[in-house]
Amino acid sequence: MVALAIQGVRKRFADSLPILDGLDLTVADGEFFTLLGPSGCGKTTLLRCIAGFLQPEAGTVAVDGQRIDALSAHRRDIGMVFQDYAIFPHLTVAENVAFGLKARHLDRDEIARRVPEALRTVRLEALADRMPAALSGGQQQRVGLARAMVIRPKLLLMDEPLSNLDAKLRVDMRDDIRDIQRRLGITTIYVTHDQEEAMAVSDRICVMNAGRIEQVATPFELYHRPATRFVAHFVGTMNFLPGHIANGLLTVGPASCRVDSAATGAVELAIRPEEVVLGQSAAPALRLPATLRKVTFLGREIHCVLDSEAGKLLHQARTSSPDLLGCEGRAVEAALPLAHLALFGADGSRVDADFAA
Amino acid sequence: MKRPERLWLALAAAALVVLPWYGLEDTVDAVLALRPEAMPALGQAAFGGCFWLLPLLLAPALAGWGVARGRPRLLVAGGVIGIAWLALEGLAIIHRGWGWDFLSVLGPAPTQPALGWGALLFALSCAMLVAIGLARLGRCRGDVFVVAAILLTGLSILLFIGLPLLSVLASAVRDDAGHTDVSQFLHKLTDGSIWGFGCLHGGGACGSAWNSLAMALLVGVTSTALGLAFALVAVRTRVRMKSLLGLLSILPVITPPFVIGLALIILFGHAGMATVFLADHFDIPRSRWIYGLPGIAIAQTLAFTPIAYLVMAGVLQAVSPSMEEAAQTLRAGPWRTFRTVTWPLIRPGIANAFLIGFIESMADFGNPLMLGGNYTVLSTDIFFAVVGATHDQGRAAVLAIVLLVFTLSAFMAQRLWQEGRSFTSVSGKGDAGLHPPLPGGLKALCAAAVLPWIVLTVVVYGIILGGGFVVDFGRDNSLTLKYFLTAFSIEHGVGGWFLSGSAWSSFITTLELALVAMPFTAGLGLLTAWLLARQDFAGKGLFEFGTMMSFAIPGTVIGIAYILAFNVPPLELTGTGIILVLAFVFRNMPVGIRAGLASLSQLDRSLDEASLTLGARSFRTVRLVVLPIIRPAVITAMVYAFVRAVTAVSAVIFLTTAQYQLATVYIVGRADVGEDGMALVYSAALIVVMVAALGIIVLLVGRQRIGRRGLAAGNMGVGVA
Repeated sequence: MVALAIQGVRKRFADSLPILDGLDLTVADGEFFTLLGPSGCGKTTLLRCIAGFLQPEAGTVAVDGQRIDALSAHRRDIGMVFQDYAIFPHLTVAENVAFGLKARHLDRDEIARRVPEALRTVRLEALADRMPAALSGGQQQRVGLARAMVIRPKLLLMDEPLSNLDAKLRVDMRDDIRDIQRRLGITTIYVTHDQEEAMAVSDRICVMNAGRIEQVATPFELYHRPATRFVAHFVGTMNFLPGHIANGLLTVGPASCRVDSAATGAVELAIRPEEVVLGQSAAPALRLPATLRKVTFLGREIHCVLDSEAGKLLHQARTSSPDLLGCEGRAVEAALPLAHLALFGADGSRVDADFAA
Repeated sequence: MKRPERLWLALAAAALVVLPWYGLEDTVDAVLALRPEAMPALGQAAFGGCFWLLPLLLAPALAGWGVARGRPRLLVAGGVIGIAWLALEGLAIIHRGWGWDFLSVLGPAPTQPALGWGALLFALSCAMLVAIGLARLGRCRGDVFVVAAILLTGLSILLFIGLPLLSVLASAVRDDAGHTDVSQFLHKLTDGSIWGFGCLHGGGACGSAWNSLAMALLVGVTSTALGLAFALVAVRTRVRMKSLLGLLSILPVITPPFVIGLALIILFGHAGMATVFLADHFDIPRSRWIYGLPGIAIAQTLAFTPIAYLVMAGVLQAVSPSMEEAAQTLRAGPWRTFRTVTWPLIRPGIANAFLIGFIESMADFGNPLMLGGNYTVLSTDIFFAVVGATHDQGRAAVLAIVLLVFTLSAFMAQRLWQEGRSFTSVSGKGDAGLHPPLPGGLKALCAAAVLPWIVLTVVVYGIILGGGFVVDFGRDNSLTLKYFLTAFSIEHGVGGWFLSGSAWSSFITTLELALVAMPFTAGLGLLTAWLLARQDFAGKGLFEFGTMMSFAIPGTVIGIAYILAFNVPPLELTGTGIILVLAFVFRNMPVGIRAGLASLSQLDRSLDEASLTLGARSFRTVRLVVLPIIRPAVITAMVYAFVRAVTAVSAVIFLTTAQYQLATVYIVGRADVGEDGMALVYSAALIVVMVAALGIIVLLVGRQRIGRRGLAAGNMGVGVA
């Protein structure tokens, strides 16, 4: 069932480029849906249009099939978690959580029942009577989460909720958020610019760029089948090499292979660093002579920078592979297995292609 | 959701049918005596022959239809028609016939007295009906509170700042009989007493405009230089004068604007303490040098240096120490660092302090009144044009326009300057590091400037506080309570205890009116600040311009404008306590706006948004989230509104009557007839009251810090006197 439907939403600020350029999105019931993109891509603007703090110039926003874009923010039944927590500093933890229930004029018993329950969910029941100033950033954000959930919103919005926390806490909190969301089944729209965080928590991710949607997909699909060059570049690390297609033949530097594709002319060839193979490989591949320029040992992984005739290449491998430290400057052969190649056209979109040796 | 429109519809109807339509004062007596003007509008129309009131019924009729049919457009139409017709018939038919000459073609003129409580409530209800209608039509996301707040603050600013200023313009171009006469206006505008250069080529005085300009330039320079010197000593040397710093920042707030002039006369006047001493011991002949530009300049420099100091101290502290440290590591000595880094960084602040001093000096009324002598400046000229023998309102209006043009231009310049170049080098991160020491020569220069000034300040305030308790300062220094007793004695008489002192009546009136004005001033100011900081609406630029204008209008101009606007029907307020309260409210509203803007800018918008997403309406958000958090600003705005009302003199000196005598005006009167002892003892009493009021702030706000967002009260001291 569709929980949130966005159609043709358009927004621009005074005499600037459009921040949102006619977006269409649907989010399923109970889904954890993430808006991912670099800063300025419009993801926060879209979230604020859903929340009702911004009025889109065109388009509709519907929750559970009912349009909410004409409603003011306080009548939308949407919970929101803020980047800077936005905990009311003059109210205790419990009063913060009770705020939305009181605004809904629930009776006293109901409030007295639901507040501790929400605090238990975020493991803060012991701190109910504390003032926010006495809480750490992570605890404040838990209060923010409890406060947004306790009103049982149709939709939970999170605007970069972890970006003000330190690295270790961020990983713990994102797991917590994911667990709580699964347990309660609240449809959640999550905004972040951190692709690793997005991969870790989301059912589906919407990658945005310059006010437009690049791709909506599961984390797995996003990583392995990026629809555009932008997504391939933004999510994970990717090698791009310039190539050329003519007469069914793809040429990359000195190497070439047969290709079955509608595209001709200049293309870009993309491959993940972990798929690049150094030395012998049996699989059909494009083979490029290269020089090992730099080797970085990271413990679990080893990263290599290669200079090939086609361009710079990154290679990542488990450290169980042969020791490459001290081999900088040596000539190697880099194999790009055909099964892991992707092609992008001049307009940045993916080009369907079948490769053969 | 239909309740608010029903309520205001009922009130609009009640305003027409129940409340007395005419007359604001002694309403109860008028009703009990069944005086004709106490009849409600419907009665006036039916029995008083005021048939022109009948169309007012259209407003509740249309709005009622709109409510019944659920058509908000009709609500808006009804409200607008009600207000428009009220304004139209009120201006067209006044107490002495037709309000506009061309209407005489309609035949003999009917008359009507000034509007009363019924009309007031009717106008308010109509405005609310418009607001509700607009909200139902989807304006401001259908939020009645926001629409009503915008409409009501906008209308009240229009009515009590815009309309009075328009009246000044209108009466400037009219002759005594009320006919438009542009040539006379031009004649008055170019008059030699305003623009003359008599003082330059011998013989005669210069025009008051040039005098004002010269005085303001001089005071702007001296107060900025002294303020900078003091800030450098306080912020950049080891002399840590925390207590002096605190004292300095409250001096301009608690000092009634004319007492410094008074103290200077006692010190340096023809028979003053210092004058007599110098004449007796050093044979320096007595003179009247203090009356005129020198005296005014000294008094104003004393009065406004603390303000310049506050500005400069803020700017100096905002210069990040790491900048100066960087300069030092690049091998710049203290003097070179100051000249090449510190000075360019604080230069915008200096310009700002100068412009503030300039505006303050232009607008100052008390000191020129005390010390002016033959040196006429615009602010006092306006006063004498109204109360003097000539009684020329047209001339007063022309002078007011000239003064307003000066202060507004300076104010615009200050704002542009501030927007254009804020070099504040403070980043979000706390800057570690220490400011380098001042170069030795500069330090000595500052100290040389600051020390005599401190001595003079101490002496002046010593005279103000102690002068009322000696027989005749300088000549007979024996202690006495006679002035105090004359002013503030309490006697036991036939009917029990009663306040027999001569000052009690004005003292109590002042406190009463200031207390009445206090919540309205703070409320209107804070509401305006909230609208400016948190809401977006059509015409916000204009709204902002209107509110900012009120920052720069000199008190004398407000005073004359209120007389001209509210002297005759339809709004006849002169002589009432209401006009004094209104003058306080709209004159001091900037205090509330500043306090509100300062603390709202520190209050993250996401708190409001969190409250909204949790389902709280904007009114509930303001009540439960914004107000509790900015409580310090609320208290500060209230107390400052009170204090400034108590010390006001320029705006109210035209408006007081025997019935509503105010403390400051009374003191000026005492000083005028030479009763310095009385004036001083009364001033001291006022200062004590205001120190107590400020003590309340410290008590309620000073120790309170909410959460991680420490809320500073903001730079409250800066404003037009």
